[in-house]
Amino acid sequence: MSNPYIVLPIIFQLFLAIVLMFCWTQKNLQKLVSTVGSLIAVIIAVIMFVEVWEVGPMVTQAGNWEAPYGITFVADTFSVLMVLLTTLSGLGVSVFSVGAVRNARVKFGYFPILHFLIMGLCGAFLAGDIFNLYVWFEIIIISSFVLITIGGEKAQLEGSIKYVTMNLLASVVFLTAIAVLYGLTGSLNMADLSNKVAEIENRGLVNLTAILFLVGFGIKSAVFPLYFWLPASYHTPPPAISAIFGGLLTKVGVYALLRVFTLIFIPDAFLITLISIMAALTIFSGAIGALIQNNIRKIFSYLIICHIGFMLAGLGMYTEIAILGAVFYLTHDIIVKTNLFMVSGLMFKIKGTYSLRLLGGFYKDYPKLSLLMAIPLFSLVGIPPLSGFWAKFYLIQGGLEVNNLVLVGFIILGSFLTLFIIARLWSEAFWKTGELVPKKLKVKYFHELKPLKRTAIVASILFLALISLGIGLGAEYVIQVAERVASELMDPQAYKEAVLGKL
Amino acid sequence: MEILLVIIIGLLYAAGIYMILRRSLVKLIIGLILLGNGANLLIFLLGRIVKGHPPIIGSTEKALADIYADPLPQALILTAIVISFGLQAFAIILVKRAYKVVKTDDLDEMNATDEDI
Repeated sequence: MSNPYIVLPIIFQLFLAIVLMFCWTQKNLQKLVSTVGSLIAVIIAVIMFVEVWEVGPMVTQAGNWEAPYGITFVADTFSVLMVLLTTLSGLGVSVFSVGAVRNARVKFGYFPILHFLIMGLCGAFLAGDIFNLYVWFEIIIISSFVLITIGGEKAQLEGSIKYVTMNLLASVVFLTAIAVLYGLTGSLNMADLSNKVAEIENRGLVNLTAILFLVGFGIKSAVFPLYFWLPASYHTPPPAISAIFGGLLTKVGVYALLRVFTLIFIPDAFLITLISIMAALTIFSGAIGALIQNNIRKIFSYLIICHIGFMLAGLGMYTEIAILGAVFYLTHDIIVKTNLFMVSGLMFKIKGTYSLRLLGGFYKDYPKLSLLMAIPLFSLVGIPPLSGFWAKFYLIQGGLEVNNLVLVGFIILGSFLTLFIIARLWSEAFWKTGELVPKKLKVKYFHELKPLKRTAIVASILFLALISLGIGLGAEYVIQVAERVASELMDPQAYKEAVLGKL
Repeated sequence: MEILLVIIIGLLYAAGIYMILRRSLVKLIIGLILLGNGANLLIFLLGRIVKGHPPIIGSTEKALADIYADPLPQALILTAIVISFGLQAFAIILVKRAYKVVKTDDLDEMNATDEDI
């Protein structure tokens, strides 16, 4: 069904960013506009989600050029689900930024760039054209480059050099893959590519292209041999920025992998084995890396890698149940990872350090906040009523279905190590008696902040924690959504018909 | 012509990757620029090089009669060039700032992110 309004989430974020640039000097106005705007973006995303849920995939062709010649935007259930999650964590981060981002950063355009980043994310999720996807990826990375360097502290600049290099390299690999794919098929529209790639006889060249895509998206989503930039950079910017990065930037890579490897390249036995091995090693190296870290933000960075492995494992099993698990995990992970980095920001505001050795005594000093922080921490582990459990349940079921017991073993090992890491973090930071706060910081502590800022920080964490709880307790509904996403991904007929018209 | 382009593209990719693996930050940027140019030429090559006319339908004709060049790769390259221009400008400024703050352009000495704090 054709519907031009599906580009509204993108246009709205662009509009917000432009309005915010007009209020360049008014910090408080920027905070207000950003928060209200993010709330409206959530409402738009919800309306779109409901619409797509009822009538099926919606399409718009830019400039009315018929597919496959024009640029297509497609909103199927997967796309709108991702847009909805993006706007939800965008709202969380926006509210958190009101309390946690220093005015010096707001002065240099933190809020407009944040909305440009969210615009890029929405665009990537809605793109139905592989080159258009590349352009949205570039918008995402250029915005993220500005966000990661804004403030210009020493560690930040060093981290961003590694981040910038690897992302530029990933873009070049992605562009190379597009070049080869265009040479093979002469098309860029993803639905059209799906038909044309299936007809190519030279499967060796198709697999080569698929691996180029795997490497390009693999660098972006931080999978096993390509993840080294992530733990070197994600802990350097302020927590609000880490939150949006940790929640969404790696997940857009996972989204692209899921999309490309179900629509364009149907993996053969070789690719399935390759993805499975990468998934297992990603889980393992992420978990082991998190075990030895002492900085809580580095622990969370390594846990991102570990849990990317879970989603990749879903793709590696390649059954509908496993994809369902991966999509459910994606849903849960975006919210939880965003929240975890915000929690780390709150812990830093309270104690002035990220080091597990120095942190302590949270439970004694702030019992209510500790209980709040426990929700994202234990959702991550997947203790039954919380959100991570169901995703892992379906992933393991999918693994048993295809008899991939090694991968199931790694998922269980990864979950167990996550449990151990979170338990260690909990006992060190919350139950251990805390040492005195080091008094050398320029920033204000939590208890010195204005009540409005304190409320903003706590409210944003509470908001995302409630969504996590909602995903866990209302798992029945989330499973219905994930089931539909999985069935649409495994059988892209509806997607192709929506784009190319009935054949 | 094709074989010449293939060799040039191969050399650009090889040189780009070699430069990225060097320790100096400036060489890193040069490596990224070379890689980007290699990718652009690759798109150009894979769009099929033909000796023909521009794909413009004359006012008296109904369809393209002659051999014509595919216009799409050129549009893609143009987009990619503009994007990489912006990104490279950013990367060069970043390297300059990093050099001022860290006071080295040796990647091996940029270890602040690995400190255990």
